[in-house]
Amino acid sequence: MKSVMKSGILAVAAIALSASLVAPVFARDLTVVSWGGNYQDAQRNIYFKPFSEKTGKPVLDEAWDGGIGVIQSKVKAGAPNWDAVQVEAEELALGCADGLYEKIDWDKMGGKDKFLDSAVNDCGVGAIVWSTAIAYDGDKLKEGPASWADFWDVQKFPGKRSLRKGPKYTLEFALLADGVSKDELYDVLSTDEGVERAFKKLDELKPNIVWWESGAQPLQFLASGEVAMASAYNGRITGISRTEGKNFKVVFPGSIYAVDSWVVLKDAENKDAAQDFIAFASLPENQAKLPEFVAYGLPNKEAAAKVAADLAKDLPTDPANMTDSISLDVDFWIDNAETLTQRFNAWLAQ
Amino acid sequence: MSAGPSRTGRSLLLLAPLLIFLVGFFVWPLFSMMSQSVSDTAVLRLLPRSAEVLPDWDRASPPTPAMQAALMEDLKAVDDDQALGDMVRRLNSARSGFRTLMSKTTSALDDTANPPVDLVSIDDRWGRPEFWLAIADALSPLTDRNLLAAVDLGRNASGDIEHLPAEQSVNGVILLRTFWIAGLVTIACACIGYPYAIIAASLSGWKRDVMLGAVLLPLWTSLLVRTAAWFILLQEQGLINDALQTLGLIDGPLPLIFNRTGVIIAMTHVLLPFMVLPIYSVLITIPKNLMPAAASLGAHPIRAFLRVLLPLSLRGVASGSLLVFISAIGYYITPALIGGPGDQMISSIIAFYAIGSANWGMAGALGVVLLIATLLLYSVYARLSAEEAERY
Repeated sequence: MKSVMKSGILAVAAIALSASLVAPVFARDLTVVSWGGNYQDAQRNIYFKPFSEKTGKPVLDEAWDGGIGVIQSKVKAGAPNWDAVQVEAEELALGCADGLYEKIDWDKMGGKDKFLDSAVNDCGVGAIVWSTAIAYDGDKLKEGPASWADFWDVQKFPGKRSLRKGPKYTLEFALLADGVSKDELYDVLSTDEGVERAFKKLDELKPNIVWWESGAQPLQFLASGEVAMASAYNGRITGISRTEGKNFKVVFPGSIYAVDSWVVLKDAENKDAAQDFIAFASLPENQAKLPEFVAYGLPNKEAAAKVAADLAKDLPTDPANMTDSISLDVDFWIDNAETLTQRFNAWLAQ
Repeated sequence: MSAGPSRTGRSLLLLAPLLIFLVGFFVWPLFSMMSQSVSDTAVLRLLPRSAEVLPDWDRASPPTPAMQAALMEDLKAVDDDQALGDMVRRLNSARSGFRTLMSKTTSALDDTANPPVDLVSIDDRWGRPEFWLAIADALSPLTDRNLLAAVDLGRNASGDIEHLPAEQSVNGVILLRTFWIAGLVTIACACIGYPYAIIAASLSGWKRDVMLGAVLLPLWTSLLVRTAAWFILLQEQGLINDALQTLGLIDGPLPLIFNRTGVIIAMTHVLLPFMVLPIYSVLITIPKNLMPAAASLGAHPIRAFLRVLLPLSLRGVASGSLLVFISAIGYYITPALIGGPGDQMISSIIAFYAIGSANWGMAGALGVVLLIATLLLYSVYARLSAEEAERY
């Protein structure tokens, strides 16, 4: 999801700063913030522009790179300059507990029963279901990896690997590779021995890992042949195969999926318009257009039913893909992210 | 008589923009950063009743009914979600698990239909002393916890300062690495910048202008643009590797990016102007006839350089090095884009605490450590230059 390069954030920050200095007198246009890249291009086509045409008011869109600190400092400073923001599941849980978001008007959204359970929250409406999965180049590996154990097996599949730099996902994948079953995954990870075991497993692969930080990197590494396989966001893997004629494959068994949600920042100037926007972006007929552009699953059940079969098979929400994949345990990560990140950084620095 | 005060008033008025700027953009941010790192009121402000009861606890046995009742009363009285969030963040940072524990507890306490008898019945984690220890330790309004953690120290159960276990000790390694990288960049800048400044100072007319322009132009270009340019030059199929391979000098591409080499190259280039300009400004004040005079007295050019030019220009090298080193220890963008995981500097850790986990206390404490390091360096420099001035 973290697609935008650091340059993007800086540019956005600079623009935001200058805008806030120059134009406090005028009412700000509805500002919608998402993850940038081709995903936001698609959203602009199917959500931002049509909504602006419908209401006759301009919609500004900006990109961000995640981080609860960013949201917190905006809300605490008062009069945040963003209205609707797409956030990851932990940012939703943390911000909702800390009172950084407005409560969602679920009547406006058409009722909670229209959505997947995991997409319903007091403070957020699910926008997409996305997976982090193994990606490999089908043209280079005729017989690809089928599990994280294969990912760890550098004898059978020679070459480097790429993983996201950070403990989230990395520790889970290490335990899966070590033979932990998906149902016990978070039970094991919740114990000190489980964390120890995950780092031990990572030690094995450490010399062969190239770490990535922005979502485009693992696919660049794959394309240039720098690594043989990588963890990557499923939408990007499918996207590059569709648009650039690559034969990159997604391994759904053992993948971890999570829901990104729309939230409205507390006391944002356009908070009502932001709720209207989220309702518009959650309408089945609008949401159903997304898989044509990016292969992310749809939280609105009616929208998901409308997706053509050839597109649906690439989505994380497709029943065949869902069977052996794992839902990210948000509670585990909001409790442990800080300690485990510290531990991960220490391990990395060794 | 009256001219004095009114003149002072007027000159103060003239200085006002500068003073306001200094206070607003320098004194106040520094002060708030430092106070963030030691202030610890997030818990105390919401739990006044617990603060009365907890000091009587022996810090080892399971919580008493009085402690549980006090905490329940405190939590029921909280009506500010953001303040609650600050408290939970603070507690979770000391003891993982408070996030889910607190949200479970507050929603159970909100359930007025069947109110919970005590906290342990809501979640059995409340029966464990370590969670209560985290609260007890967070009740004093001032803390040295962040500052200690910034240099990999912590207090144990009995309150003595000791080293954190190896798996939590990351800041020390990264701080050392930060100083090491900054030192290497300073040396590289001095090695390139000193001869450059000598040549520039010895020239005149358009040649000097061209040489100074070559230093100044990059200085006016954005840091990000220059870093991105190095990214393009250094990458595996980048200009440098392509050129070397075409010339047949190397067989495979050199690893120039995502490692220390790339970081040093890019940072040296970015910081070079801060080395060249101070040295140059010292060199042009040195009379041009000193070196010929030394030669006429029979000194070998190398000896003349070592005994005359070098001592006289050392002041420029010192202030250039100081500028480069101090700028380098705060670098963030260049190591993030050009470096690998083993090249991240302390700013990236600060960014994690500020952006990723909104732990402003830790971010502030690491900032204080950097600030102290900078001030120490500066005082060493000031002492050295004062001695220098006395000698002449």
